[in-house]
Amino acid sequence: MTTPRNKLTTIPKIVAEIRDGMTIGIGGWGGRRKPMAVIRELVRSDVKDLTVVAYGGADIGMLCASGKVKRLIYGFVSHDIVPMDAAFQTARKSGTIECSEVDEGMVLLGLKAAGQRLPFLPTRAGIGTDVEKLNPWIKTVRSPYADGELLLAMPAIHLDVAVIHVNEADTQGNTVILGPDPFFDDLFCRAAKKAFATCERIVDTSAFHDPMKARLNPVERSVITGVAEAPLGAHPTSCGPDYGFDGKHLAEFTKQCAAGEWENYRKTFVAPNTHDAYIAAVGGADKVRALPLPVM
Amino acid sequence: MSDQAATDYTLAELCTVACAEVWRDNGELQASGFGFPPRIGACLAKYTFNPELQITDGEAFFVSETAPLGKRPPGYQVKYSGYAPYARTFDIVYTGKRHAMTGPVQIDRYGQSNLCAIGDPKKPKAALQGMRGFPGNTVNHINSMFVPVHGKRVFVEGEVDVVSGAGYNPARFTDGRKMDYVDLRFIVTNLCVMDFGGPNRQMRVVSLHPGVTFDHVQAETGFPLAGADCTKVTPPPTEAQLKLIRDVIDPSNLRATTFKDNPPGDPRKAQ
Repeated sequence: MTTPRNKLTTIPKIVAEIRDGMTIGIGGWGGRRKPMAVIRELVRSDVKDLTVVAYGGADIGMLCASGKVKRLIYGFVSHDIVPMDAAFQTARKSGTIECSEVDEGMVLLGLKAAGQRLPFLPTRAGIGTDVEKLNPWIKTVRSPYADGELLLAMPAIHLDVAVIHVNEADTQGNTVILGPDPFFDDLFCRAAKKAFATCERIVDTSAFHDPMKARLNPVERSVITGVAEAPLGAHPTSCGPDYGFDGKHLAEFTKQCAAGEWENYRKTFVAPNTHDAYIAAVGGADKVRALPLPVM
Repeated sequence: MSDQAATDYTLAELCTVACAEVWRDNGELQASGFGFPPRIGACLAKYTFNPELQITDGEAFFVSETAPLGKRPPGYQVKYSGYAPYARTFDIVYTGKRHAMTGPVQIDRYGQSNLCAIGDPKKPKAALQGMRGFPGNTVNHINSMFVPVHGKRVFVEGEVDVVSGAGYNPARFTDGRKMDYVDLRFIVTNLCVMDFGGPNRQMRVVSLHPGVTFDHVQAETGFPLAGADCTKVTPPPTEAQLKLIRDVIDPSNLRATTFKDNPPGDPRKAQ
């Protein structure tokens, strides 16, 4: 029997797919399951003028701090346990980046529309609020039926590249999320021309033969362009059940950004461009693996 | 357990009980409380007068019993009853079977709320988290609010700086925009409980916390309130409610961080 092609790639190769001016989507949610190893590599790159779509946390924070962002499309930016991200706040206040601030559910619908190859999906969310006034790129649409309701037509958010982080993947692009919530990683992947998954572990496909485990596969591999192994690659965000988020590190990150000391953070935690050097800088693999899972 | 009114309780505990009350007559829907009094209040409501409420573990699951907030006892098993990942949360929002209690930073006379930014939205003085789910929540299901510092910085004179949550403002619901599902119920603050039961949905004081007067509340609010004749005092927790709050729902006393110095519920008892 022949086998599907091998999609194994590397983090530098994933980042090499991201060019100036592209629209990128980042999976995960706030302080959870962010593909941070890719984000750090992106910060180290020369890429600029990105439009970033995310349920934002340290990903948006670091991309704002490093001046990579031209425009943000988001419902929120927060690290959960650390409610605010200082780098995002600074960028938002400066007016130097375009902030397309919408309802969380509208981000979902925009990604879904893109994945369904539709121009938009209608929603009531945003009606009667400043989402309408502050986002002239979002038009209204009237129900063609007897009710005649005026709704927002959330336009498709087409991504050039999407990046997600999962617990396990095989070399064919089959992925499994063992944590409690797959969030919208499936929608990010379907909305993108190219989607990449980093994972805690590359495993043999036989690891997914158990049907209860196969149910934890968030998205069909036909939309996955490449997979790369990145153990502890979500740190400082969580990747349950493997490890929880690093609250102290997230607090330190946002504190340094608030104090205008991003450069200091960057030199210590982003400049080391090998996995081992990063893990050593944050206290070692054992420490990260022992980070408790979030209890809300 | 005793239904007798407690005499020794904190303001956070008084507010927790007032928050619980918002879910009393809701029947079977998802109760989502953000911040300690709302979150503990939702659990209290489920444990006492509205067992039909659905609550989550704050992560991705419905639970049949609330896990204690903060540090859990060794060996505690979360009592999962269903699955509520974020994608499903939006589906629930759109069915209307949810009552959220949130903590916006500004609220205006229409009940419009702001969680985005203070000042000019294009170049704000302060940037907060973003719209979050406020726009979708407020035009789809029941909402209440909790305000720990009742003052004119929160209850602003004009409209809020950024309308993230919709309110009863007809000027924003023209030309077929549907206000039918906007359903704002209660605002619990450190001074009082309010609803929108005044003339033309004017914000109205429905109970005053012990020792607080209507004039005090009005002086701390940027627009005229109804309910000047309000004589009802916000009911203190019962002994049974206090026991649930202290021993079962929040044994780590996270609620003590709600207000500066964790004051007593009745200021006349402060010495």
